[in-house]
Formats: sequence, C-alpha cells, structure tokens
Amino acid sequence: MSAAMNTASNTPARNTKIMNRFDLTSRLVAKLTNEEAVVGGIGNTNFDLWAAGHRPQNFYMLGSMGLAFPIALGVALAQPKRRVFALEGDGSLLMQMGCLSTIATLKPDNLTMVVMDNGVYQITGAQPTPAAAVSDLVAIAVGCGLANSAWAADEEDFERLIDQSLTASGPTLIGVRIDDKPGVGATRRDPVQIRERFMVGLGARQAL
Amino acid sequence: MAVAGEKTSPKPVSDRVLQEKPAAEKSWHEVVLQSLKRNDIRLVPYVPDRVLTTLIKNIHADPFFTTFPTAREEEAVGIVSGAWMAGMKGAVLMQTSGFATLANVLASLAIPYQIPLIMFVSERGTLGEFNYGQSLVCRTMRPVLDSLAMEYHTCTRLDEFEFIVDRSIKQAITTQAPVALILSPLLTGGKVFDK
Repeated sequence: MSAAMNTASNTPARNTKIMNRFDLTSRLVAKLTNEEAVVGGIGNTNFDLWAAGHRPQNFYMLGSMGLAFPIALGVALAQPKRRVFALEGDGSLLMQMGCLSTIATLKPDNLTMVVMDNGVYQITGAQPTPAAAVSDLVAIAVGCGLANSAWAADEEDFERLIDQSLTASGPTLIGVRIDDKPGVGATRRDPVQIRERFMVGLGARQAL
Repeated sequence: MAVAGEKTSPKPVSDRVLQEKPAAEKSWHEVVLQSLKRNDIRLVPYVPDRVLTTLIKNIHADPFFTTFPTAREEEAVGIVSGAWMAGMKGAVLMQTSGFATLANVLASLAIPYQIPLIMFVSERGTLGEFNYGQSLVCRTMRPVLDSLAMEYHTCTRLDEFEFIVDRSIKQAITTQAPVALILSPLLTGGKVFDK
C-alpha cells in the first residue's frame, strides 16, 4: 500500500478553501458578546481557543478525545437560553461519530459545532486520518440527521454560517478545511481551575 | 424533555416525593428512580441493558427527567459532565461491558476536573453468566475502579440499597468525585440463559 493512499484530497463536496484554525477561532471569538459558552476539544482546538483570548465561558478539554461535542451538548441542554459553540478536530470527531446522531435526535437549537478538518492527526506528527482521502464529514453529519450542516467556502462564509446558526431552528454543524499548522498557544493544564472558572462563567456557581 | 416515551401529566416534585412508598415496599428500580428525583438528578443518558429495561422505561415516562440513549458510554459521560458544569445534575446508566470503555474518560475528564459523575452499572459476567466474554470483561471493572481510587459499591441487598444510593449520590456531589454503583444480580436478578 502506498503511503499516499489516504492523504487529504479534494473531493467534489470538500473542495473549499484551506483556512487556518487560529484565524477562524479568532474570528469566532471576536463575535462573542453574550457570554456564549465555547468548548474546545483536545489539543490544537483548545490551544487556539486559549490563544484567541481566555474568556470565563471557555472550556478546555485536556484528554477524553472526541468529547467536545458531547460536553457542549450537556451545556446546551442545561442552559437552553445560552448559545454554545464547540470546536472539534476531524480526528476527534472520528472517535465519537455516534454523538452526531444523539445531537440530531435531541435537536438543541442553541448548539453550533465547528469541525476543524485538516485530514491529519497534527499533534502526533501529522499522520493522515483514515477518513482523509475518502470521507466527507459534513455529508456524514447530514446523514446522521444534522440537516443544518455545511462546509464553509472561505473565511467570510464561515462568519456568515456562524451568524446564521444563531437563529437556526436546530443545531448547526460547520465544516472548515484547515492547514496543518500547530496550535498557536498552549493552554494552562489545570483542570480544576478550568472547570471552576467555566462554572463561574456560566453562572452555575459563585466564585470562592 | 423526554425524547422517547410517553409523557404523563407533570406534578410538582414535592407531590411526587410524598407519594414515595416506604423503602421496604419498593423494587430496586423504584429506589433508583426516586433517589435520582429526590436529589434533583434530571439528566439520564444511557446505553441500555436488559436488566435496566423497566428503569429506563419508567424514567422515560416521567417528565421530570431528560433521558435518551447515547451511542457510547463515554459520550454519556461527556454529556453529564457538560451539564453539571452548567448547573444540571445527571447520572449515566450502563452495563459492565460499557464501563470497560471508560478508563480514559474517567482518568482524563471526570477525576481530574473533579466532576461528580454518578454511574449505575448493571453487572453482567457473574452469578450465572452464560457469555464468556462478559465474565472476562467483568473482571476488569473493579481493578480499574481500584486503580483510579474511585468510590464504588456493589449493591446486593434491597434493604440497604436506598441508603447506599442516596448517600452515594450526595457524597459524589459534595466531594465532587465520581461514584459507580454496581447493581449485582443478587439485587436485580440479573440476566440468565434462557435459550
């Protein structure tokens, strides 16, 4: 088998502009004015969320690969009036694809999911994922019942899809193709402080 | 929001608590449902198990609960973790073999982030097991719980079950630590070979 057999490729459904994770995360964070919750998945998605500027409503996941969407779903169910964003990598989503069906069944209209798709496990040495050359994660999301799923064509389209998700009648999933650059920052790995500050940021408890 | 199952007419929680039967007259699954309610645990994602059938059906039928199946047990753990951080308490229902998929999420999310993850694990693999794989995977459960120094109880007797469930839920919440309540076939009858 050739080493190139599963490198990322332009499938017809997935021929959008290759963007940058930190740039897109910064664009998202710049739009947040209503104490929206943001859940960053393992590794680079939360590193770039951290680098885009810490907010009390940010949650940084330091393990449990694949659980950014389930954690965000829990937040969205507990606080239906708060907008919840979740940032997940393609490799992470592949680990927990079943959650797309759960989310499609529950239909929380306050949940916006972003899949950062570079086709590789960047943080472990940029090895291609099994999906890289053949699978369309947005088509999979649609197939799971998330009708409101789309690839962002470019940065402006990403911002438009984010805005559109705020008034959507169900959950939204936005696929973005990104480059293979590592995350810009490094989250302070202090799980208890991350959790406590997030809870205070969500008004779930008072600060000590 | 109960996703599946029929809605019954909602009543104030206080009314329903008053309707609880004396502990001695309750079945094990009534004890679980009422203990969840008494402790304001509203979110119950699960991966089903034969033994849990009646409990799951009754939780679906009660509008107090938001309950639904997940594709994997760790997905359910992620959901109740997120909900708890946002102010809604939850518990996860599963089978022994499902617990065996959780070592990573326990070690990377529930324990280090100090999340009061409440798990009810229907115990397969012992006291009449007919599937060799179930009996093998069952043997991994307590060593995993022990290696993570987690609180757990094997529930075998109905007369002490309500005490264990109620106290364990309260301890998990106040100490912000996970707990596993293992439902032994001695309590539930378990699942037996019938074909």
